[in-house]
Amino acid sequence: MLFKSSKISAVVEWGTLLISTVLVCFFLVVVIWEIVSKGAGQLSWDFITKVPSAGMTKGGILTPIIGTVMLTILTALFAIPFGVCCAIYLNEYAEDNWLTRTIRASIRNLSGVPSIIYGLFGLALFVQALQLGTSLLAAGLTLGLLSLPYIITTTEEALMRIPNSTREAALAVGATKFETIKDVVLPSAMPGILTGVVLTLSRAAGETAPILFTGAAFYINNSNGYLNQEFMALPYHLYMLSTQHQSIEEVRPIAYGTALVLIIVVFFMNLTAFYIRFKYRKSATEM
Amino acid sequence: MKYKTRLSLDILFKIVFKGTGLLVLALLGGILAMLVYNSFSFFMDVKPLDFITGMEWSPTAAIPKYGMLPLVLSTTLVTFGAMFIAIPLGIGTAAYIAEYASPRVKNLLKPAIEMLAAVPSVVIGFLGIVVLSPGIADLADLSNGLNALNGAILLAVMALPTIITIAEDAIHAVPKTYKEASYAMGATKWQTLRKIIIPAAAPGIIAAVMLGVGRAIGETMTVLMATGNASILPTSMFDSVKTMTATIAIEMGEVPYQTTHYFALYAIATVLFLMTLAANMLGEYFINRFRKYHAV
Repeated sequence: MLFKSSKISAVVEWGTLLISTVLVCFFLVVVIWEIVSKGAGQLSWDFITKVPSAGMTKGGILTPIIGTVMLTILTALFAIPFGVCCAIYLNEYAEDNWLTRTIRASIRNLSGVPSIIYGLFGLALFVQALQLGTSLLAAGLTLGLLSLPYIITTTEEALMRIPNSTREAALAVGATKFETIKDVVLPSAMPGILTGVVLTLSRAAGETAPILFTGAAFYINNSNGYLNQEFMALPYHLYMLSTQHQSIEEVRPIAYGTALVLIIVVFFMNLTAFYIRFKYRKSATEM
Repeated sequence: MKYKTRLSLDILFKIVFKGTGLLVLALLGGILAMLVYNSFSFFMDVKPLDFITGMEWSPTAAIPKYGMLPLVLSTTLVTFGAMFIAIPLGIGTAAYIAEYASPRVKNLLKPAIEMLAAVPSVVIGFLGIVVLSPGIADLADLSNGLNALNGAILLAVMALPTIITIAEDAIHAVPKTYKEASYAMGATKWQTLRKIIIPAAAPGIIAAVMLGVGRAIGETMTVLMATGNASILPTSMFDSVKTMTATIAIEMGEVPYQTTHYFALYAIATVLFLMTLAANMLGEYFINRFRKYHAV
């Protein structure tokens, strides 16, 4: 009797945990199902190759797509070199002293700073102090700053996984420390670094708050992607279509389409990162 | 290449690498300087006490009022609501993944949670408008469902991946010997989980929750889109609220440069910065305690 009731309670207990897990998965399913089922009808060649027209109630979303691509490239150009160099400094050069500890603490704090505060900082520094105006460049630099702590952290983790014997072997045959890093450490850490970079950029591509005041525009009538001009971006376009547009109900299908394109872009980048990680793990175990 | 050039390259890059390290300090320093400078300009016009204890936020009224309490309370209400949902779900899921799930299920769940974390906040906010808002309006018989409850549910969804990942790590890191000792005493799996594993992993779980709180407080787009943005003192979860982040996002676009209102938004940002900093530092403190405890 006692044995039986404990068996039942074990099932109940297991069930409670299972239900919470199922609920979490249910959230993901709702997100994907809602966007895919209502956005898929919008998706067509015209939708992604035509510029918005007739007050954005017709046409496609080419302009915001170009804006987001340009923005992500700028973010990458700025954040990757600085982030990787900083990680190299921390992992390869820095001694354990107050300066290093302060830098590490700063990085941890920076990664917790809300993205809207990066938006304010971008506004104060790039738009106003450096006179870049509300522009693609200002927004790209702002997103670059936002991405910096994530790139540093993931790159440092990748560097840490390279065994010291690898470095010692290079140094022993006469390479300088810089040559060791450039020709031995960085190439072997590359898959790990790439994974972190792609994940960080996918996050940057979906960010809205930092570009609100630094250059994202309600509507622009050209899709040139000039650095010194305002731009349209996918996440901002979705925000705008669903809350700011004068005929919200009419543009709802376009909003669904935009959301779908946005999550396809973000998921594709995430899958790329998973793939790099997966392949790297496989080749690492084969060695 | 000559030995001399190689050596000078080596030294040059050592300086370059160190320079980027210092850039990070400059970045945090710059953010702090911006917040302090602009807040200071604000407090030249408005008494700090009026700002901190003010019950009304109406910066565009004839006699502007800069009381931050409605905004801070809104943020707090939405964040607490989110944690009320996310903490049990997050810990339950973490415990399931760490203790019950088979390796195959685990390999499916982990990427699913990473996918959930990857969904941009603006998409979550959009779903708040099109799915959750009509749902809440129907159930609670309101004209619209853009309120604190809507924001809390969405923020819970956004904080869940953070909480689950870190809590799972913490549960996973509890030494196996603890579990075996408990089983040897005749405890069931559930008793072991509740009385042994969760208490042992508690610092890690608290850290997970604090980092989730930090994420929820700082989140902008979802609350901006889903909570209705009425700047009144909220009294229930069904009231429309205007959080600190949403206030900055809405008003910074309209406010004239370097007016009291402009500086006021930086003062709000400073309070926001301090709140997230406190949550993240607490989180980190508990992570370190957990690591130390289990290193022994």
